[in-house]
This record gives sequence, structure tokens and C-alpha cells, in this order.
Amino acid sequence: MVDSTTVLYGQTLAYTLYCLAILSLMGWFAYKITRKGKDSVVKNTLFYSFVTFLIVLGVSLHIITYNTIPWAPIDMNRATIHPDKVFNITVEKHRFILPEGKMFIGCHEKALFKVTSNDLTYGFGLFRQDNSMVFQMQVIPGHMNDILWQFDKSGVYYIRSTEYSGPKGVDMIVKDAVIVSCDSTSAK
Amino acid sequence: MNFFQTLIHGEEGLFKPHTLTPMQKLTLRFVVVGLVYYAFAVIEGMLMRIYEIKPIPEIPTKQFFAIMTAHPLVGIFGSTYSIVFGAFLFLVPYLMKKPLWSIKLGNWTMGLIAIGTLVFWTSGFITHYAPLYTLYWPLPADFSQFSVIGGTFFILGIALVMLGTVFFVINIFKTLTYTPEGWEKQPSGELLKSALGIIAFGNLFRRKKKEQIVSLPVAAITQGTVDVAFNSAIILFTGVLILIYMVAALLGYNLKSTAIDALLYKNWFWWGLDLVADGLVLIFVAGTWYLLATLITGKKLYMENIARIALLVELVVSWTVWSHHLLSDQAQPGILKVVSGEMVTAFELITQGLAFFITLYTLWSARPLKMTNPLKFLLGGLTGFALAVPAGIMQADIGLNRILHNTQWVIGPHVHVAILVGLAMTLYAAIYFLFPILTNGAKLYSQKLATFHFWAQLIGGIGMGAFMGIAGLNGMLRRSLYLNGEFNTYMILAGLCGALLLSGFLAFFFNIVMSIGINGVIGIFLPSKLKTKDLLPKP
Repeated sequence: MVDSTTVLYGQTLAYTLYCLAILSLMGWFAYKITRKGKDSVVKNTLFYSFVTFLIVLGVSLHIITYNTIPWAPIDMNRATIHPDKVFNITVEKHRFILPEGKMFIGCHEKALFKVTSNDLTYGFGLFRQDNSMVFQMQVIPGHMNDILWQFDKSGVYYIRSTEYSGPKGVDMIVKDAVIVSCDSTSAK
Repeated sequence: MNFFQTLIHGEEGLFKPHTLTPMQKLTLRFVVVGLVYYAFAVIEGMLMRIYEIKPIPEIPTKQFFAIMTAHPLVGIFGSTYSIVFGAFLFLVPYLMKKPLWSIKLGNWTMGLIAIGTLVFWTSGFITHYAPLYTLYWPLPADFSQFSVIGGTFFILGIALVMLGTVFFVINIFKTLTYTPEGWEKQPSGELLKSALGIIAFGNLFRRKKKEQIVSLPVAAITQGTVDVAFNSAIILFTGVLILIYMVAALLGYNLKSTAIDALLYKNWFWWGLDLVADGLVLIFVAGTWYLLATLITGKKLYMENIARIALLVELVVSWTVWSHHLLSDQAQPGILKVVSGEMVTAFELITQGLAFFITLYTLWSARPLKMTNPLKFLLGGLTGFALAVPAGIMQADIGLNRILHNTQWVIGPHVHVAILVGLAMTLYAAIYFLFPILTNGAKLYSQKLATFHFWAQLIGGIGMGAFMGIAGLNGMLRRSLYLNGEFNTYMILAGLCGALLLSGFLAFFFNIVMSIGINGVIGIFLPSKLKTKDLLPKP
């Protein structure tokens, strides 16, 4: 499965190139409109082509991401996918209460994290040791909040609340909570 | 004139407040209030930038989050609403060539927004009430973390702002449709149809096009005001709901927070909040671009009927777009995520793209243009939205949202670039354009300061957004604290860009004060001696 790092790298590249193009266009435009030029009429076909381009771009972005970002279809269809492991997690009084000391997951296993809140709205995010994000979801009280994720790389991850729940929520971090091992097909 | 004389009397003593009409004074009062609160927001923003690098020992964590709660509310309500409402209460009658329906109600709007903002800001400052502007249930009623009294005053302050907002809505719609004394009866129904884009939509299918009796900028203001009305209703209702819990707590009762479904509440509240971010802001901004483009060039707007329809589409989109804020809420129905969260949101790329194209082409058709302050700030505003809207479309994607939601990406390249570069520079363009009209020909103190203001706002705003965005892509969350310098490289660079923004604003503020003088600022708030409903004094 493509890692979130790869997706973010692609996004950074695409958006940076776009920004450079827009800044160049605006710089060029600002220069040109102060200069004399032919009173050129923009053909309506250019205008409607631009509109069509925007429509195609807006729709195709989601079709492309749905077909290239692996967790998107897994997420939308998670109710019909059988998980290899299920972890029930509770959040209460600004603390994560985990099912066991650490959560061990094997390579290519699909793990379902089911998180319930007994009081406030929180977030549930999994992060690498370099602080980059693997995934996150909101944790709403009174509702089941579940996320299905397939891990394809070894790693030790920490949990952090990704939603503000008052000043006390700043410390909602559980170090080394998830351990993924690719040494064998199944973890401990 | 020496420096102190200029400071007291303004540049060349040209600004004479006693020559101002009540309407000019009303508008200038709004602008002064808006700029003062902008200063609040910029200073708060800078404090938070420093705090993100290294927590300031004198500011406890709960104070930091109280600042974070007040910051966007002061920026949007105290500053932007003041400047926008002031400008529109002047522009609607100006463009319709009829007096404002009620100057008194306009002054009430200004006063209520100014006092309401001060009340909620002070309440947050003293009591550290900090549920953030999103007020995710049941956090605003979590009295184990927040003071009940502080929260009560905070909500009351917001309610005052909303009351002023309702007065603004009434004034705009009444001004549009009423018949001034001695005038021929105004066709209120037709005026409304034209203003709401219904005639423009019908013209798509008519062989013989129906004439528009309301100009495009007024149509934009009216349609944006529809969202203002809905938004204030939602916020007022939510405020009452929270107040019920607060009053009960003050009386010694502990109401069950589970009586309110947190997800339903979140949908409801985001529906209302998004009428600002994805509704009235985009509509008002597009309308201001069109107005400035036509005023700067003296030419008719390119594709005017399409522009009118795009505004109507944007209005409908703003009612159906809220779910992109709930893409990470797993209990949210998938159909809402796809249709409202992704597809309808993509329409904003189209409507804003159209506004961008139409404005640029209208400018292009009038070459050569002189690079005046309004024009350069208008181009800055266009650039800001051209950068920020696609950033928003990217995060409004089910796949990408999983790794972008609540990161610095959302608040940097999207929100801050949209507000500080897109919105603020558009507003500055309008301020620079209206300045000589509203001040009866006062002269700007320094063009060099205005030029510095432009570059500081543009580079500072884009730079800050970019470095926050890179931090977000590397996993840095918004609404959180990193105490071990995990993202310090990006935060220091963002802080330097923030300092540039602050210095740009100070240059602008100083320039304006030196242009009209301290006597002039005071004079704006004294009653006008001219007893007229005219917008400008008679020559």
C-alpha cells in the first residue's frame, strides 16, 4: 500500500508547481497591464474552455485520488471489509484508555481501531517517530468512530489527539502505542 | 508642516472632519473600528507565532488557547465585518443613487459590533474561556475547564455582534427596496429579483434578455447578505443553546450534555459557520473585485450575466457545502461526504475561477493601466485566492483529508493565505480607492509606506502560509502545542513572515493616521454638523 509520506510528497510537488505558475502568471500580468497593447478581444471559446477545465479539474481530482490513494476506498467500504485485528479504545477525561499495553500489528494486516469518547470531542491520530502523520480521525461522543488501516512497513507509532478538547488536551499523547512488524507475517 | 503638526492635523491639513456628511462619518467610524480590531488580531497572531516557537512563560497554556479562541473572532467579526459592513452601507446607496434607509441603524450596527467584540475579547482575556470558534459540543459547556461566568459574557458579546449584524441585514434590504420620500414608487419585487440573481438566471433561457435594474456589485452585496442573515441566525441560536447550559450551571443545575447529539450539532454549526467562510466571504470578495475592476478601468465587466449567475451558484453552493469539514468524522454518512464534502465543494473552484478570469480580463481590456494602490492590492487579493482556493479543494478530498485535517496545512496555505492575502488585500484595495472619496480629498501621507505595506502584506502572508503548510505536511497539528521544538525551523520562518505582516500593518496604520491626523480621527467620532442624508457633501 502506498504510504501517506508518498502521497504527501506528490501533493507538495503538485501544489508547489501550481503556486510557482500562479505567481509567475500574476507577475507577468501585473507587468503587461501597465504596458500598451492591442485591445485584443478574448474569444468566448477561451472563457468556456477555462470553465470546462475547472469542472474537469474539480471532479477528476477526487476520481484520481480515490483510485490512487489506497486508504480512500478502504475507508469508504470499511463496513464490508473483514479486519485482521480489532482494537477497542476509549477516551475519557483527556486520556486514551487502550485495550492492552501496546498494540501489535503484523505486516499487511488490516487493523480496525474503534474509538469511543465518554465525554468530549477528541481526535485520534497515529504518528511516526519523526512526527509525520499516518492518519487521523475525529472522535465524537455518542457515536462509533472507527478507522481501518493496512500497515505495510515496520514502525513504532505514537497516538496523539488531533482535535482540541480544551487546554488539558495538549498532553494527550501515548508514546510507542502501535508496533508494526514486517519481520514475520504476523506480529506478536 | 513639521512632523508633529502633520500628526495632529494630517497631511497638509487637508482632512477636515467638519465637512463630512453623517454617511461619510458612519463609514469612516466602521473603518477605524475595523482597523483597531485588525491590530488586535495581528498582535494576537504574532503572540501565537512566538508561542509556537517557544512558549512565553508569562502566558499560561490556558491563556494561549483563550487568545486562539478570540483571534479569529476578533479578526472576522471585529475587523472584517466592521470594514465590510461600513463599506457596503456606503456603497449600496452610492451605487443605487439613493440614501441609506437608516443612518441611525447603521450607527447601531457599528456600536454593537465594537462593544460586542470588546465584551467577548475581554471575557476571554480575563477568564480564559477557550472553546475555540468551532465550539465542538460539549466543550463550550465543559465547566470543569472553563468559567461559567466568563463563558456567559463571552457568548453575550458574540450575541451583541450578531444583533448588530441583523441590523446590517435589515438596513441593506430596506435600502435596496424602499422608496425615499418624494421619489416615484420603487419596484421592490423586481429590485429583489435582480439583486438575488433570479433575472440573470432567467436570462439564460430568454431570447429577449430582461434588463437588470440593480448593478452587479449591489447584487453581490445582497446575495452575500443572505448568507450573513442565515449565519447570524445559526450563531444566535447556538449561543442561546449554550447560554441555557450556562444559566442552569449558575443556578446550580447540571444539565446533561448528552441531551444534544454532538454530530448533529457539529453538522448544524458547520452549516452556519461555512456560510461565512464558503459563502459571504467569497461572494463579497467577487463583488468587490468586479466593482474595483469596473471603477479602475471605467469599462463594463466582461461576461456580466455569467458573473451574476456565478454569484447565485456560489450562494446555493454555500448552503450545501458544509460537509467538507466533517470528512474525518467517521459517523458522518458517506453520501454527505462525497456529495457535499467533495463534489459541491469543487464548485467553489469553478465560481472563484470564473470571478478570477472575469476580473483579470476586464483589467486586461483597459491596458495600459497605471499601477495605483487600489490596482496593486486588487492583484494581490486575486493572487491570494488563486493560491488559497485550490489548497482548500485539495483538503476537501476524502483521501487527502485523512492526512491533512487539523494540520497546519489547513490553517496556513488555505485559511491564512485566503484571509491575509486574498481578503485583506481586496479590502485594502477598496480602502485605498475609497479613501479620497470618504475624506473629501485628503492626501495620503506617504506613497513609500503604501508600497512597503503592499509588499509586506503579500510576501509576509504568502510566506507565513507556506511555512505553516510545510509544517502541516510534516505532521504538525493546528490547535496544539509542541513543547520540544519539533517544528521550530518552519515556525521560526513563519514567525519572521508574521513579523513582516505586522510591520506592514503598522506602516499602513501610521500612514493613515498621518494622513488624517489625530484631530481627524477624533473628529470622525463627533456628530456631523451637516443635517443631510446625502452620501457626499454638495460641491
